[in-house]
This record gives sequence, C-alpha cells and structure tokens, in this order.
Amino acid sequence: MKKRAKTLPGVTRRQVLTWSTLGVAAGVTQVANAVSLKGAPGWTPFSANPPEQFTPSGWLFFTAEEARTVEAIVDRLIPADDLSPGGKEAGCAVFIDRQLHGFYGTFERLYMQGPFQEGTTEQGDQSPLVPQQRYRTGLAALNRYVQQTSQKDFADLTPAQQDALLEAMEAGKVHFTDFDAQSLFLEVLNNTMEGFFADPIYGGNKEMVSWKMLGFPGARYDYRDYIERHNEDLGLEPISILQWKGGDHS
Amino acid sequence: MKKLPKTDVVVIGLGWAGAIIANELADEGLEVVGIERGPWRDTARDFNIGTVTDELRYVMREELMLRTRQNTCTMRNNPSQTALPMRTWGSFHPGNGTGGAGNHWAGITFRFQPEEFRLKSHLTERYGASAIPDELVLQDWGTSWEEMEPHYMQFERVAGTSGYAGNIQGEKRPGGNPFEGARSGDYPTPPLRQPYGPTLFAEAARNMGYQPFPVPSSLVSEAYTNPYGVTMGPCTFCGFCTNYGCANYSKASAITTILPALMRKENFTAYTNSEVLEVLTDSTGRQATGVTYIDSSGDKWEQPADLVIVAAFTFENVRLMLLSGIGKAYDPVTNQGTTGRNYAYQTANNVTLFFDNKNFNPFIGAGAVGMGIDEFNNDNFDHSGLGFFGGGSIRVTPIGSAPIGYRPLPPNTPKWGAKWKRALKDNYLSTMSIGCEASSYTTRTNYLSLDPNYKDPHGRPLLRITFDFAANDLKMAQYCTGKVADIAKSMNPREMIVKPMTGHWSSVPYQSSHVVGGFIMGSDPSTSSVNKHLQVWDVPNLFVVGASAFPQNPGYNPTGTVGALAFKAAHAIRHFYLKRPGEMISA
Ligand SMILES: Cc1cc2nc3c(=O)[nH]c(=O)nc-3n(C[C@H](O)[C@H](O)[C@H](O)COP(=O)(O)OP(=O)(O)OC[C@H]3O[C@@H](n4cnc5c(N)ncnc54)[C@H](O)[C@@H]3O)c2cc1C
Ligand code: SF4
Repeated sequence: MKKRAKTLPGVTRRQVLTWSTLGVAAGVTQVANAVSLKGAPGWTPFSANPPEQFTPSGWLFFTAEEARTVEAIVDRLIPADDLSPGGKEAGCAVFIDRQLHGFYGTFERLYMQGPFQEGTTEQGDQSPLVPQQRYRTGLAALNRYVQQTSQKDFADLTPAQQDALLEAMEAGKVHFTDFDAQSLFLEVLNNTMEGFFADPIYGGNKEMVSWKMLGFPGARYDYRDYIERHNEDLGLEPISILQWKGGDHS
Repeated sequence: MKKLPKTDVVVIGLGWAGAIIANELADEGLEVVGIERGPWRDTARDFNIGTVTDELRYVMREELMLRTRQNTCTMRNNPSQTALPMRTWGSFHPGNGTGGAGNHWAGITFRFQPEEFRLKSHLTERYGASAIPDELVLQDWGTSWEEMEPHYMQFERVAGTSGYAGNIQGEKRPGGNPFEGARSGDYPTPPLRQPYGPTLFAEAARNMGYQPFPVPSSLVSEAYTNPYGVTMGPCTFCGFCTNYGCANYSKASAITTILPALMRKENFTAYTNSEVLEVLTDSTGRQATGVTYIDSSGDKWEQPADLVIVAAFTFENVRLMLLSGIGKAYDPVTNQGTTGRNYAYQTANNVTLFFDNKNFNPFIGAGAVGMGIDEFNNDNFDHSGLGFFGGGSIRVTPIGSAPIGYRPLPPNTPKWGAKWKRALKDNYLSTMSIGCEASSYTTRTNYLSLDPNYKDPHGRPLLRITFDFAANDLKMAQYCTGKVADIAKSMNPREMIVKPMTGHWSSVPYQSSHVVGGFIMGSDPSTSSVNKHLQVWDVPNLFVVGASAFPQNPGYNPTGTVGALAFKAAHAIRHFYLKRPGEMISA
C-alpha cells in the first residue's frame, strides 16, 4: 500500500494537459473548467485530487499575540491529562491558523451576499464576517476585556481564571465591546474540536493523539475481516492520510 | 449568446435521474446532450483511496456539495417571516458534478409501498375523509404500484442493490420486510453482513414480536456486473461513506453504474461546469425549444433541442420552472397555481443508547448497512383514533464514527474540559443509536417560490423555502419515537436520550437531504405539474424528473423511487412519445 501511495504526487501540469487532450473534444482552456466530454472518460492514472496542503512551520494567519491567546484557549478546552496531551501540544492552534489562511478563512465557497440581517435560530449563521475577521476582531476584543478587568492578557491568567471566563463566554454571561463573546467562544470551540479530531494532515491531532485516545482507527479502508467480530476489542492502531501519502511515518 | 446546432434531446443534470434518462434515450439512437453544472467526477481521480478518508474535507468543508456561493436557498418557517439565505449547508447536502448527490449519498434503497401511490384514496377508504386532519393536503400520485414495480426492478439492477426480499410475487419470506409490495424478483445482490449494533437491535425487535430485515442498500455486497456491463466491487464497511465518495466502486451512483457505459456512446455528449439558466419555449408556451446555459468562462450558449429533460434535483427543478415561466407559480393564499406546491421533507427522530460493557466498534460502518423494522411506518399500523397519519422506518444503520461529527455524550456532559474528555472516551465505543426516519405530509403553507431579496451570482432570484413541520407530523414523531424507546429500553442501556422531532424546522443541523415536491405528479392539471410520465402538463416535449414529483413523503428514503420514476419517464418516451409526440394522458 505504502509503495502505491508514494506514487500519488497530485496533479502535475503535464498530467493536466494529458487529461485535457484525452478527455476533451472541444473548447478547453483549463482542467475543471467548462468542458465538452465525448468518448474517453476524463481520467489519467495517478492524477489524484489531493487535499489542501500548507507549509509546515510558522504562523500563516495569526500574529504572535493572537497565536498565544489561541494556544491558551485550546489548552483549556482540551486540557492535558492522563488521556491525551492538551490542545496546544496536539496542534489545535496550528490547525486553526492553517484553516484561517486557507479557503475556509474567507468563506470562499459560501454565499456571502447581503442584505445581512439577524434571523431566527432556525435560519442559522447570518453574520457578514468571515472567519478571518471573526478571529481578528474577536481575539482583540477578548484581550481588551481581560486587560480592562485584570490588566493582563488572556494567556497570562491562571488556568482557573481562564476556565471561569470561558464558561461565562459560553453561557453568554460576559459582554465584550465590539464582539459577541458567546459567538467567539463557539467559533473557537468548534474549530478546536475540528483540529483535535481531523486527520493530522491539517496540523492538529498530532501523532493521532485523539484517535488513539478514543480507539478510532482513522484512515483504514477495509473492515471485511472485522465486521462480524462483535463486541470485541480489535486492537487496531490508527493510521492517517499523512502515512498513506508520505509512507515514511511508520 | 452563441447558438449551438440542434440536438434531439438535452438533459439538465447528470445525477441519478439525468444519467438514467440520457442513457435510455441514447440507446434509442437519439442524439443526447447532457449539461451538468458541476465538474466531471471520477472514482479513481476524485475518490482516491489515499485521500478519501478525510472528514474535515468531505463533511465539515462540504467538498462534494454544491457551493452555496454558486447557488443556495433562502428559508423561513412561515409566510409571515422574511426568508434568509442558507449560507452554509446544514439541514441537507445538495450535490454538484456528474453523479450529483448520488456520489455522497448513503445508499439506503427502499421502494415506496403500494398504498403510497394512492395515499389520499387509501386513507379515505380506510378511515373516512373526515379523519384526515384539515391542515394536510395529501394527494394521489396518478400512478400505481403495478406501473412502478418494473421500473423499481430496473433501478435496483443498475445499482446492484443488496437486500433480502420479503415478498416475491405475493409469497412472503421470513427474514425479509413483510410490509413491502409484491416484487417481481429478489434483490440483485445478497444483504450485507451486519455489525454488532444492528444485530443487537434486530434481536431485541424480534423478542418484541417485530420482524426485522436487512436495510436494502445500494452498496453492493459482492462483485456485481450490471446490465450495462459495468462492474462494482464489494463494500468494505470503511465508514467514510455518507458525504464521501466511495473509493471501492461499491456505492452505486451514476458515475459508478451508468456514465462509464454512457460516455462511450457516440451519440452522447456531456458539457460539464455548465449551468443551465433557463428552459426556452416558443411563442405559444406549449413547446420547449431548448435551454440556455453559461459555461465557466462566463460565455452564454443556446442549445436547441426537440426534447428537454430537467433532472436538476428538487430545488433546481422547481427554480428552473419558475425562472422559465413554465406552469403557474403556487400561491398559498388563493391555493391556485402548481409550481412550488406540496413541498415536503422528512421527519428525523432518534434514540441514543449508552452502555457500560459493550464495544460496538462504531467505525465499522457504511451509509446503508443495518437492520430495520417497518411495523410503525406509513399505514402499516392502525391509525384509528391516534389523531395523525404517517409513520417511520425504524432502524440501526451505523454510518462510521469519524470523531469530528461522531461524539456521543450522555445528558448533562460539559462540551469541553477534563470532564468532557473523560465522558467522550468512556462512551465513544459503547454507544449506539436507533433512528426513525419518518414521513412528512404536505400542508397548504409549505411551498417553494422565488425569493424577492436574494440573488445568485447571475443576478437571478434564489429559491425560497417556506416550511415547518405539520402538527400531524410532530404527533406522529412523538408516537413512533415512543415505540423506538420501548425497544431501546428492552436492550437495557445504562442511559438513553430519546429525541423525537419537536418545534420548528431548523436549517442548521443535518436531518436528511430528502426534500421533495414542488413540481408534483398527478392526474389533475389544476393540482399537479406533471402527469404520470413526468411530462409537463401543456408542454409535452418537456419532462421534469426527480423527487420534485412526490406529492408528499412517506417514511422512506427517496432515491429508489427517483430512479424508478426516471426509468418510467424514459419508458414512456421510448414506447409512446416518440411514436406519437404529444401529451400522453391515457398511455
Ligand atoms: C448525504 C446524503 C445522503 C443521502 N442518503 C440517501 C439514502 O440513503 N437513500 C436515498 O434514497 N437517498 C439518499 N439521499 C438522496 C439522494 O442523494 C437523492 O435523492 C438523489 O441523488 C437524487 O437524484 P437526482 O438525479 O434527482 O439529483 P442529483 O443527484 O442531485 O443530481 C442533479 C444534478 O443536476 C445538476 N444541476 C442542478 N442544477 C443544474 C443546472 N441549473 N444546470 C446544470 N446542472 C444542474 C447538479 O449539479 C446535479 O449533479 C442522500 C443525499 C445526501 C446528500
Ligand atoms: S462503506 Fe462501503 S460503499 Fe461506503 S464508501 Fe466505504 S466501501 Fe464504499
């Protein structure tokens, strides 16, 4: 498997061109654009469609101060204990940073046309702000609030103080100027959980810590030998897309 | 606008319905053009085994779904509210690209029961007209089980559907679903093997006197070659199924079962990344002349055709008809007009069971592996004196347990912190749930129309959904979920959460993508949009195919019926329409 996985480098320029000439009879400019297909199916071996990928180091969206705040929050949402390392060590802040830098950060795929107006709960999120703006303004509002009340940054509060503030934000019991504290909390909670449980390829869930904790075997694709082994601990070690891809993370 | 040479047939949308009809009409020797809004999708390239197991990408970031930026709906619960756009998908997950939502569907493949096709008549005969709640606007379909059955068979053979028949030509078979209509033959492939959760549930249901059966599933259980010569491989229960594409060629969709054969036909051409804007009609309005579409470079084209098939999924079927001025828009105040009426959904209920000493290995799963019972579905139980009609399919179908979405927690657990983590770890492997996917009956104020405020990127109005659960359906949900809870209790869980649908329909949590109606079939042009051949009343060379044709929704998943209707329309075109083009009322 690993050997085969190694030959999945993603779409190269040459493969795109081969694909275009193979699969397309007329009117092509680029792959994944309007095409007229006739005869041969549009497929070339090894032209896999890879996930979004990022450079491994440094912050891509957060400022150093924002990163410090987010690392402090994710470490309270997912505290280190005997079950798993904390959110910071697991890479949740890195995950959020990468997501904000990528297409999610600007809601590139979502309908963001006005008029914007607050709706009912049933009508869902109607905020005109995209995630990049939510984090930038939200984190600033949080630290301004902590400065005003404790003359510190959030990251410098004690864990107990941090928990108390997060609980108040969650319950809608604290108000920041310029940003809704509860929605900031929910945004960060949601993205932290995504980072902790997603494939490590996105920067969180380092070494599959959450999957090991739960007993989720990750990117395995064949349980035919196991489906009828009922109520049994199958002892399956998790694997990730990262392993499939690189082949060098045992 | 550039005009292309005329073709015999143009098909809008290459999901299940469009691909089925395009293939049938290509077999008839007609020149067929299929126009698809999204990209060409292919298993080997797009659903590659090395990268397909990615919950963040496929579920959270909605990789295979239509981008809401391209097209979405607005929603409100009742006509007095202002509808607002669904900026991200929630309640349902519309598809895009060849294969449509059939790439990321779950694969549960029920046939509707014989009574469903004459629901209003059936309930009137059994309970009397006065027993039907005033709020409901139920209708017959204008067709019958006998007319549908051969086409269900055709769809199942193409999809390789796995299952165990409970009724073959009137002969009941223990172990199958005793409530299904008489089938002309068995399922093409045997039922899937079952994981622990469904097995436990079936045992408990059997002990209570119910008759559990394997959920019929278009995830094939063994290598299968369909009538088009396309081969599928056995499902491996990978658990990355609903919302993902299948890397094993096991989950039936148009791209795994039809397009490989269709693409090779000389007389078929597909345009992808090309969005149809309008169906054109001549000056009389009684003849469709083709369609206009826009390609991804922004160029507009006219594709003239003799026959126009619209198979763009419920929402876009209705929106295209409204934008093209075909049929009369429904008005809930006057109760006049047909385009947009009888919009319905599905009423989702479930019970979660927490155990101490069980290990369900919940990651072993598939969109459609499981066991179900039908004792409380549709009119399979006596509704006298209950004050509601309808019911639900009760079943355990573990779909996999990728943990961004699957995090079972007992009541009153915090959502983060040390206690949360402990509770999650303790319950992750030892929790199961029983679902009840129930009917949704139509009312006068649940309908589809064009939104007055919000536009798509081409400046055209979005589709507006006005929907809330009928009081009938909420009563039904209470009753049926109570029955589920009784079964659950007999399984002795440590704790359970009983969740019947309550309150208003919310667009936020996922419930099901079974949105139906809005361009319904029937035998009366004043209350329906298409006849039983899916042919538009008064525009005989235009067919609108899909769940948009359902007059209401029973407690089953829709696609078996969508596929059967597509084959039915194709059959009528091949055998009647082409011989004598015109309205096919009596055929
Ligand atoms: C997550 C999920 C799970 C599901 N599970 C089940 C299940 O278990 N059982 C079941 O029975 N059903 C299930 N369904 C429903 C099933 O997917 C649909 O019923 C089925 O796909 C409908 O087929 P269709 O051909 O009508 O529409 P689609 O499959 O949606 O195809 C319509 C096509 O038309 C294209 N199109 C739309 N507008 C235009 C336009 N203007 N121009 C050009 N092209 C256009 C779309 O891009 C799409 O490809 C599920 C759906 C989802 C999303
Ligand atoms: S569960 Fe089966 S059908 Fe579904 S994606 Fe996995 S292998 Fe394919």
